[in-house]
Amino acid sequence: MAHDHPHHDHDHGQEPPSDIALRVKALQSLLVEKGLVDPAALDAIVDYFETKVGPRNGARVVAKAWADPAYRERLMADATAAIAELGYAGAQGEHMQAVANTPTTHNLVVCTLCSCYPWPVLGLPPVWYKSAPYRSRAVIDPRGVMAEFGTVLPDDVEVRVWDSTAELRYLVIPERPAGTEGLDEAALAALVTRDGMIGTTRL
Amino acid sequence: MNGVHDMGGMHGLGPVAPEPGEPVFHADWERRVHAMVIASPTRGNIDAGRHQRELIAAADYLRMTYYEKWFEGLRQMLLKGEAVAPDELAAGVADPAAPKSTPRLAPEAVAPALSTSGSYLRKAAPPAFVAGDRVRALNLHPTGHTRLPRYVRGHVGVIERCHGAHVFPDSHAHGAGEDPHPLYTVRFTATDLWGPAANPRDSVSLDLWEPYLERA
Repeated sequence: MAHDHPHHDHDHGQEPPSDIALRVKALQSLLVEKGLVDPAALDAIVDYFETKVGPRNGARVVAKAWADPAYRERLMADATAAIAELGYAGAQGEHMQAVANTPTTHNLVVCTLCSCYPWPVLGLPPVWYKSAPYRSRAVIDPRGVMAEFGTVLPDDVEVRVWDSTAELRYLVIPERPAGTEGLDEAALAALVTRDGMIGTTRL
Repeated sequence: MNGVHDMGGMHGLGPVAPEPGEPVFHADWERRVHAMVIASPTRGNIDAGRHQRELIAAADYLRMTYYEKWFEGLRQMLLKGEAVAPDELAAGVADPAAPKSTPRLAPEAVAPALSTSGSYLRKAAPPAFVAGDRVRALNLHPTGHTRLPRYVRGHVGVIERCHGAHVFPDSHAHGAGEDPHPLYTVRFTATDLWGPAANPRDSVSLDLWEPYLERA
């Protein structure tokens, strides 16, 4: 993992142990000592977020929506149920809504107030999604933000921004790339990116 | 509350900086903070947890990293919930006289708890608005928790969809019960929110509870 990028919204926790690392360790010891948390449960939680959820789940949903018109219809009508068909459900995915890009419409998801994000299908959000620059600019300058991700939208493509202010969680369904007619769902899923499902890029 | 957490439309907060190949967590202490927030006895009220982070002093909120804010919010929630005493938190040592608790989450319960969907949908009065209605976001400035961002207050939008009644964060965050109200997706045009410089085709949709809205 490279650590040479601009350092402005997170801490890498490099050795020697930082003050925050020591304080977190102390709090964990206290909570364990008081019987408030089980350290093995903490490990299980970390494992869930590092190995069970992540953008590959959302990519399967998107690929199935591309390959199976009946599934796409169910997904657009009731995303929570359609996503659960693939086994993805739970915290921060209780009320899912799929929003589909078309040649004339592009969707972009943000949470201006905190960091709301669809955990079961995308995992935990990247730092930039939770950061002040994205939260402030996605609603007022979505096209400028997308341009920084390398996606320049023509003026005649409509941009729809979704600010996740309640417990609805949004998943962008990108357009199926041209020339992918022969691919099966697994091969299609490999084409789907996290940023494509947030909407900062088009596939 | 009109805090710095309500960032929509602000300028001057810098460029978006994607990190190629970003890991889920950048340090082990971030893993521990995230897991403690999920496992701790204060997890029952997600709205109160969000509000606790909003209460971090504005300058600190902007300076702190994401998981530093989660850590500070967790500490304050543990104190408020009386799960730990101030002396214990300061010393990092449990009061030997305090009764020992049983962890809320056992290791084998973690995956089922995280992957089973609850719901914020509740029974309440029928919705006052239907899709297509024009509504104005009220010019409200509550000092407590709200999910009505400043940038839509006073603006007129169109109801896209009603989602039934959901737990109302403005009440729930303050321990005043779930107080469910109808929740709507409301669409505002970009030019109405941001003026003539915005692309007239563009729009911003938010999920807003009925007490935030009036018929326009």
